[in-house]
Amino acid sequence: MPAGPHQLLGHRVADALEAALPGAVIGRHVEWIEVRSDRVRDVLRWLHDSESFDAAQLSNLTSVDRHTHFEVVYHLQSLDLNHQIVVKAIVEDHENPLLPSVYPVYKGALLQEREVYDLMGIRFDGHPDLRRLFLWEGYPAFPLRKDFLSLGQITGKAVNPGLQRFPFEDKESPDRMLNAGNIVTGEREASAGNAGGSAGAGH
Amino acid sequence: MNSTAEPYVLNIGPQHPSTHGVFRVRVVMDGEVIRDLDMIVGYLHRSMEKLAEERTYTQNIPFTDRADYLAAMSGNLGLALGIERLAGIDVPERASYLRVIFAELQRVASHAMANGTLVSDAGAWQTPLLYMFREREKILDLFEMTCGARLTTNYMRAGGVSFEPPAEFWPALNELVAELPGRIDEYMELLADNEIFLARTRGIGIITPEDAINGSLVGPALRGSGVPWDLRKAEPYCVYDRFDFDVPVGTRGDVYDRFMCRMMETRESVRILKQAIAQIPPGPHKNDVPLALRPPVGEVYSRVEGPRGENGFYLVSDGGPAPYRFHLRAPSLINLSLLRELARGASLPDAVVTLGSIDIVVGEIDR
Amino acid sequence: MSEQPMRPATPMLRQIAEHRSLLQRFMGVSKEWKGFALLLLGGLGLSNLAIAYVVIDGRLDGQWYDIRDLGNVTQHLRSWMQDEGFHPAVPYLTTALLGALGILSVVGGWLLIGSWVERRVLAKFQIRQGPNRTGPFGLFQPIADAVKLMQKEVVIPRVADKFLYYAPPVIIFIPAILGWGPVPWAGKMSFLDLNVGVLYTIAISSLGVLGVFLAGWSSNNHYSLLGAMRTVAMMVSYEIPISLALLAVVLLTGSMQLSTIVAWQANYNAWLIFLLPFAAFTFLFASTAEINRTPNDIGEAESEIVAGFYTEYSGMKAGLFMGVELGNAILVGAMMATFFLGGYTMFGLETWIPGYLILAAKIGAVYFLFVWLRGTLPRFRLDQLMGYAWKFLIPLSVVQVLLVAVEASIFARWETPALFPLAAFALLNLGLTVEMVRRWAHALGYAPEVAQQQPVMATAIGGLKAAQKMRGG
Repeated sequence: MPAGPHQLLGHRVADALEAALPGAVIGRHVEWIEVRSDRVRDVLRWLHDSESFDAAQLSNLTSVDRHTHFEVVYHLQSLDLNHQIVVKAIVEDHENPLLPSVYPVYKGALLQEREVYDLMGIRFDGHPDLRRLFLWEGYPAFPLRKDFLSLGQITGKAVNPGLQRFPFEDKESPDRMLNAGNIVTGEREASAGNAGGSAGAGH
Repeated sequence: MNSTAEPYVLNIGPQHPSTHGVFRVRVVMDGEVIRDLDMIVGYLHRSMEKLAEERTYTQNIPFTDRADYLAAMSGNLGLALGIERLAGIDVPERASYLRVIFAELQRVASHAMANGTLVSDAGAWQTPLLYMFREREKILDLFEMTCGARLTTNYMRAGGVSFEPPAEFWPALNELVAELPGRIDEYMELLADNEIFLARTRGIGIITPEDAINGSLVGPALRGSGVPWDLRKAEPYCVYDRFDFDVPVGTRGDVYDRFMCRMMETRESVRILKQAIAQIPPGPHKNDVPLALRPPVGEVYSRVEGPRGENGFYLVSDGGPAPYRFHLRAPSLINLSLLRELARGASLPDAVVTLGSIDIVVGEIDR
Repeated sequence: MSEQPMRPATPMLRQIAEHRSLLQRFMGVSKEWKGFALLLLGGLGLSNLAIAYVVIDGRLDGQWYDIRDLGNVTQHLRSWMQDEGFHPAVPYLTTALLGALGILSVVGGWLLIGSWVERRVLAKFQIRQGPNRTGPFGLFQPIADAVKLMQKEVVIPRVADKFLYYAPPVIIFIPAILGWGPVPWAGKMSFLDLNVGVLYTIAISSLGVLGVFLAGWSSNNHYSLLGAMRTVAMMVSYEIPISLALLAVVLLTGSMQLSTIVAWQANYNAWLIFLLPFAAFTFLFASTAEINRTPNDIGEAESEIVAGFYTEYSGMKAGLFMGVELGNAILVGAMMATFFLGGYTMFGLETWIPGYLILAAKIGAVYFLFVWLRGTLPRFRLDQLMGYAWKFLIPLSVVQVLLVAVEASIFARWETPALFPLAAFALLNLGLTVEMVRRWAHALGYAPEVAQQQPVMATAIGGLKAAQKMRGG
């Protein structure tokens, strides 16, 4: 059982949420709950404000690419009650992922949402300053997506760990990333259309 | 402020003495006062999270060294705990004690570095920094004699630790633990009542407890604001529940409180070290674990209290030998969430000291 | 634990363990060499003692004694040249050139030694070794540094104003040399014994600000400009306390001539630092601000604005700025010694030892104090520093000037030996300074932090509620 020692059971959270915000929860698991992506801000605000859950701190925000959809994972922490709640927002639209920002609820989401946008290409509606964080504006891809450099596209699993190196040993299309655009100015050349799915829909 | 000066943009970094690495901020200044701030990171970005998806779980442990290179042991420990929880691996008791000893030594070393650079930022030309480096060197010597590396230790493994410390480790450790409290007293004498240091740090960069919690601050930045939150007590991992220690908590939430919290945490670390040395049982230091682990499908969020706060590791397994998703929660990055609010309206020297008190490691910010 | 013998585990520790000190190495050599070395050392020491005895006992002729006061030597030279019938300008020019050469060599020699001293002493403060590879004890390090600096490429910003950019390293050097003019090195050894020496000193010290501001302005860099603005603001502010402190000195000694001030202190055997402690402190503190040294080095605060006004200078141009910093430090040391520490006199010791050596020792002591401060104290902020000058030093200095005026008038009318009034003034001024500082600080609203300084220790964890509970209770 890989749940944390003080992790709240998903069922308990889901039941309470179902009563308060009907229709928001779309899946429950023993460790986490899954919520609709457009309701995630309401869910987190409710958990933040509720006395019994008291999710005072957003300790971690990250995302997982599941090929067909994205999961945005929120690890919430109650400091007073010392328990942890895991909320997953399911973003169905893999082409143009968008969900409301939780910055109005948690200031700590400011940089974490920027990081998710930068590396996974998920946009957050209502974020005050949604720019790329580590990479530069105009970088032609979102590296943490599974189709970046077409790794794992076929099997849906991490392929040959340790064999395919990043990114220069991609023998089939060695210029895949490097020639996808002028990385200094951010201008994309006309021939960069073959960047494929890695271009993302964020721009 | 009724200044009529024309605002101008000052570019601080990526090469600047007080950004502690390749960290860059563009600051809109009005005279000496900061009007706005935009932080630019990523100069050290290595995309560890992507690289980790192509490596086995054990091969990923060195990444945690290179993320927070000032607290490699804490990073190692967090990932090792996560892999163990994901794959259901047991750890020998001696290994747990060794982990605690090395994590606490790492905390002392990292806090020495953090406080030293903070005082250096406040203008004391390197003297406290070099004094604190003296203890840090001894700790790094201990690391070196145990695992051969000083910074990038790569010491913890799933199922234990990689090496048993050599025979000369224990006398050296005892000697260090015996002399550390005196050294800390020395630094307190030099700095805690220093009038100039107080003038530079008291009431500067105040973070309220509400903001600290809401802004996801962790570690000494959170505790300096008065919130008694420490994962070693909240979720005792390893054998931390067997030790008697306290959590220092600031009273005002300013730079000085964060500095003092680190100082006193060092003292508490020495307390833990003494108890751990007394209690450590004999036995194996490692369980036999296959190098290419294939944990069952599932996910885990493991976290430890590193020197900079909550070192979190979010691992998603799809049953393969490599993690499907590997996320490293970087306290250095997330502690900067409030930087803009803190810096606006502050003067440049205050902002430098505030940044120093948050204690960032750029390797961890950029990953 | 296994039974294997204990040995240092890491290469570095092994190296440290195997390291032997100079004495240990000496004990390692063979007996014959030891005896020879001891014999040699003993012989040298004995011969030195013999020479010293002969010299001090006065068995040598009076000519030799002139080395205690090189001013006498030049005077002899001058009178000899006049006797020989040279044109009147020639002896004057010759002695002036000799004096100028002397000052330049003192400053230049100090630039060579001073940087070594600073780095070495600072290293000892910081438990490091410091430069120790170039020559014995690393003594040739400054030469190596100078050669390196001269060889370095000078990078000039494209947007810099060329002429104004080239000028400051030269401009800033001029006051650092000119300031040495009126300093009395010994009884007659003063290059420019002006009767308005104090005024001259204040005027010259204000010139440096011009070079600093030009450097900051012409570099066209925000760091340079910030550093220059800070330095200008600070220099302008701190000139007032310096002038007021020197005014107190002038009032008490009744002269603006530096040699007279020193003679006054020698005459009454009373250093002015005992009589005017607040003026001495003001002068020292304000001088550290004027010459950009810790704790007041905000003009070139490296953790904030990189290198301040000379950020954009490279190679020997930056080296000149650093050299001026060193030169100014000893100039301030000389001023401090002259005004407050008795100058070249040392309670009668100057009859035995050349006065310029006493002055050099005092300069070295003040310089050591500067290095000590640099190795110990953090830096003030600009507003704190300006507030300290305007709200603290200036009002109290004005009060002190009034006080000293009264004391000076009493002293001028005193008939009997001067010991009694001077001792009374010293005690009175010390007590009044302490009381004045305390009361004024209290009036300004300063209270030392005593309560609740340390973080509290929590035994239980919690969140906001726990924090509020701890804060409330």
